[in-house]
Amino acid sequence: MARMKFLCDAERCIECNGCVTACKQEHDVPWGVNRRRVVTINDGVPGERSISVACMHCSDAPCMAVCPVDCFYHTEAGVVLHDKDRCIGCGYCFYACPFGAPQFPQIGVFGMRGKMDKCTFCSGGPEKDNSREEFTKYGRNRLAEGKLPACAEMCSTKALLAGDGDIISGIYRERVTIRAARGTRSGPPWGWDSAYGAAQPAVAGGK
Amino acid sequence: MTRAVVLLLFGVLLCALAGCGERAQVVVFKQGVYQGKPDTPPYQNPPFNGDRAAWERTLATRAQLQNEYKRTHRNGNG
Repeated sequence: MARMKFLCDAERCIECNGCVTACKQEHDVPWGVNRRRVVTINDGVPGERSISVACMHCSDAPCMAVCPVDCFYHTEAGVVLHDKDRCIGCGYCFYACPFGAPQFPQIGVFGMRGKMDKCTFCSGGPEKDNSREEFTKYGRNRLAEGKLPACAEMCSTKALLAGDGDIISGIYRERVTIRAARGTRSGPPWGWDSAYGAAQPAVAGGK
Repeated sequence: MTRAVVLLLFGVLLCALAGCGERAQVVVFKQGVYQGKPDTPPYQNPPFNGDRAAWERTLATRAQLQNEYKRTHRNGNG
């Protein structure tokens, strides 16, 4: 198995926030904490694009590098998780994360930062799988039930893909190829130029 | 009665002595090494009971359900 990854297809995302709602509902996430959110670029302008963003479970995770108490770890499947019992809520991970994934619940009337909370790829944390403690601290462990993250499985347009990196990149590659073959999208995928320069990707060819 | 009092005093003395113990109040950090509680792999518990291959197969099948090109084809709709 490769590493578990999210992939958001900007051509399909319709900013419905279904993924955000699914995440909130699945894990009983408290008010003020958004493990996932939808970001829209050029909102209201023709050609606007939306992408669903959460923890990207980086292979070389900056949060893990800066954590002063080393409470982060990688699972076998490549998911970045953390131990809330060890977290001191300092917020360094929030500064380090390029996606703004770490969230800090407000505890008390003075808005003090609590323990860090973030997307777990629906795989719980360092507690007994599917136990009450795990659910309370980290949310539901869908991976242990043989399911994929709720956000991706609930996505109505299947813009948000989750799972083994090899499989979901294969699904996305097939889409790009079909779009190019049908002529519905002749150029490179959105964001390609920003990431790789103006060169055309090899998307020609049919099924 | 006297014996009970002696035992009680002995217990109190033990409790008082426990307060004199000096234990490290901070954890020893090893830079770059996960310091939290150990976690079990997701396939360790039911329904997979340690069968990693079955867990991977289940997830791979489930991941393919995100590919609606295959889903529609499988249902005979094109």
